[in-house]
Amino acid sequence: MSEVKKIKKGLDIKLAGKAEKVLEKADRSETYAIKPSNFPGLTPKLKIKVDAEIKAGDSLFFDKYCPEINFASPVSGKVIAVNRGERRKILEVVIQADAEIQYQEFKKADPNVLSREEIKEKLLKSGLWAFVRQRPYDVIAKPEDTPKAIFVSAFDTAPLAADIDFLLENEAVAFQAGLDALAKLTDGKLYLNTNPNLNQSKIISGAKNVEVRQFTGVHPVGNVGIQIHHISPMNKGEVAWVIRPQEVIFIGRLFTKGIYDVSRKIALCGSEVKTPCYFETILGASVRNILKGKLKDDEKIRVISGNVLTGEQISEDGFLNFYDSQITVIPEGDKFEFLGWALPGLQKFSMSKTFFSWLTPNKEYRLDANLHGEHRAFVMTGEYDKVLPMDVLPQQLVKSIMIEDIDQMEQLGIYEVAPEDLALCEFVCTSKINVQDLVRKGIDLMIKEMS
Amino acid sequence: MKALRKFLDKKKPLFQKGGKFAKLQSSFEAFETFLFVPDHTSHTGTHIKDAIDLKRTMSIVVMALIPALLFGIYNTGYQHFLSVGELANTDFLDICIYGLIKILPIIVVSYVVGLGIEFAFAQMRGHQVNEGFLVSGMLIPLIMPVTAPLWMVAVSTAFAVVIGKEVFGGTGMNIWNPALVARAFFFFAYPSKMSGESVWIAEKADSFSGATPLAHAANLVDVKGDAAVTLYQQHLSNVWDMFVGFIPGSIGETSTIAILIGAVILIATGIGSWKIIVSVFAGGYVMGMLFNLIGGNSYMELIPAWQHLIMGGFAFGAVFMATDPVSGAQTARGKYIYGFLIGFLAVLIRVLNAGFPEAMMLSILLMNTFAPLIDHYVVQGNIKRRLKRVKVSA
Repeated sequence: MSEVKKIKKGLDIKLAGKAEKVLEKADRSETYAIKPSNFPGLTPKLKIKVDAEIKAGDSLFFDKYCPEINFASPVSGKVIAVNRGERRKILEVVIQADAEIQYQEFKKADPNVLSREEIKEKLLKSGLWAFVRQRPYDVIAKPEDTPKAIFVSAFDTAPLAADIDFLLENEAVAFQAGLDALAKLTDGKLYLNTNPNLNQSKIISGAKNVEVRQFTGVHPVGNVGIQIHHISPMNKGEVAWVIRPQEVIFIGRLFTKGIYDVSRKIALCGSEVKTPCYFETILGASVRNILKGKLKDDEKIRVISGNVLTGEQISEDGFLNFYDSQITVIPEGDKFEFLGWALPGLQKFSMSKTFFSWLTPNKEYRLDANLHGEHRAFVMTGEYDKVLPMDVLPQQLVKSIMIEDIDQMEQLGIYEVAPEDLALCEFVCTSKINVQDLVRKGIDLMIKEMS
Repeated sequence: MKALRKFLDKKKPLFQKGGKFAKLQSSFEAFETFLFVPDHTSHTGTHIKDAIDLKRTMSIVVMALIPALLFGIYNTGYQHFLSVGELANTDFLDICIYGLIKILPIIVVSYVVGLGIEFAFAQMRGHQVNEGFLVSGMLIPLIMPVTAPLWMVAVSTAFAVVIGKEVFGGTGMNIWNPALVARAFFFFAYPSKMSGESVWIAEKADSFSGATPLAHAANLVDVKGDAAVTLYQQHLSNVWDMFVGFIPGSIGETSTIAILIGAVILIATGIGSWKIIVSVFAGGYVMGMLFNLIGGNSYMELIPAWQHLIMGGFAFGAVFMATDPVSGAQTARGKYIYGFLIGFLAVLIRVLNAGFPEAMMLSILLMNTFAPLIDHYVVQGNIKRRLKRVKVSA
């Protein structure tokens, strides 16, 4: 077994409302949606029209600039709406699900005997390719690339994150099949990064056909970007692919069952959930039935698809985002606080020790979405460094993005970072600067310049 | 508080676009956000945010300055009554009241002038009022001589805010520490009011010497042998007074103990950079040691290296001035170099140039100027490491 890499920089944010490892039943969701906005940089082209009858795995839309990449319907049923925003931008494609899901047939196969091209073709056709993402840029991988390696992080350290071992329970066969398929796609290694402190299950520790690397420490150690930086950092011109464990299962099911089966467990968590726990659902599901009767309603709340650092706010009858395996519900916090900046702040969480909450390090906080201050120019220095365990100068990188200096961005490591890796920088920022937006803006600029 | 909130909500439209007082929007918002942390929530990026903001940060720094301020008030009274020979007959309270009467006007002038200009600029630009001056406004009085005429304080403050800060774009954009710009302006514009023996003690008796330890130390350069030792014994050997702060000097700079309490607050809360503070002291000590080793004149030989750290504004500058994150070095490695050079140069200038006994100010301003250069080399180092990686793997 390889040695354990210990990550010291970072910050664990202890929030109230961690999901209990219990799988509860919720009423089946009736509507499902796929949102093109979940795929940064994508220009979607519709393949279906409203009222079309489709099966699970049928393509809803594809990438205009890379037409092989399909985005499939998670369920069978009828397309009931294509909601558009400004300039007719497609916001979501909504499907009314059948009572019994009909799957498009993609044929079972043993990934170990298929060739690389055959596996690629299968993934592209079925819509599963959208789960394979690349570094640099944190976008969907290009099918024509051959990555230097593929990385899978088998643990998640984000606040209230779903327990990946629990998500993988009873899925050993599909998980291994998925790994076998992925291993064929690279000339390098398929890395499975684990955390020895978590007592990870047999499914992970017993995985074959992978190179296991071990990491311990505080968030963001579970981010695959951080792990790549410590295994084989991204240089200019290199490409690596990443995928999450639950999505490895989806790929596995394609080979073991021959269908596009994206049913997944999700964690419903956060301080405003009565009894945080796990639910079985399907990707893209409407969250209305999942949330029904589960929320405390003493205050205005915010529902987030994903975690509190990188997730997206959705409405109470919104849809689960494509890559998310967690719904977090926190108080909205849109209220004034009298002399809030001057109070002792026992209920306030801060990385600095300027609030007396540092006296209770193990407290679980109920944090809301209030900014706790106003936007300012950069004043403090060194804050970002404390939460980014990479040999990257985050503040300098962000500044180079602000002035759109492509050369400097490249030199300072834009190829190595994804917005999620700098999410904690944004969290701790005294000046409340939108770091993740800026990183995404910088990445978009790089993609535009380099193409 | 609900009544107050309601009142503000009612008046707010008047100050917004199209309202009667739209021109005063920045000022209204400054007061509103001072009273109430706004109800703004996060719309993109992280949904939760660290509870800290610039108001909190700045108020922690002001809190860290309080011990130095309180001691400054006491010492002002103490030095005055000492000089007129009444110290034994005056009780603690009277000493404090005397100091307060002398110092409070300087603080008021500094804040009123500085904030006035800040508000005006925010208004002109349609920006929010930044919190930066909360700290500068307290720093400026603490580095002034107690006898400074109020109009000079006002002019220096105005100069610092306009030329030191606003022309660059306001808080976060300035290249020099605004408080030090104020002091430098004062020092060069009105030298007679910031040097010599008579300015450091309020209403000093003429017969009493009001020279600071640094001035005495500068005299060591011209004397040799026993005379030098006598001078040292007479004026510079009472290091305990220097450490506690019972010496003449700028209002807030004399007490190393009070400053160290501030340093503890800054470091413990994570607001001030310990890297800078420690390396400034290290730099000063190393330069002092070099002088001790080389010798050359009595100043270099007789003043032990550590004594430099408690004389004059060295400690105050190290803890409160050098640590300004905007004008200082920003990279972790850069902070060590920046801090070390500040301490090193301060002692160097102080000993070699008798004309500038208070070298700390000049040294920090100089290193403020060079901080971007230091950062540049640290950043280049990071870039080189990244390029090297490519070569190794290729």
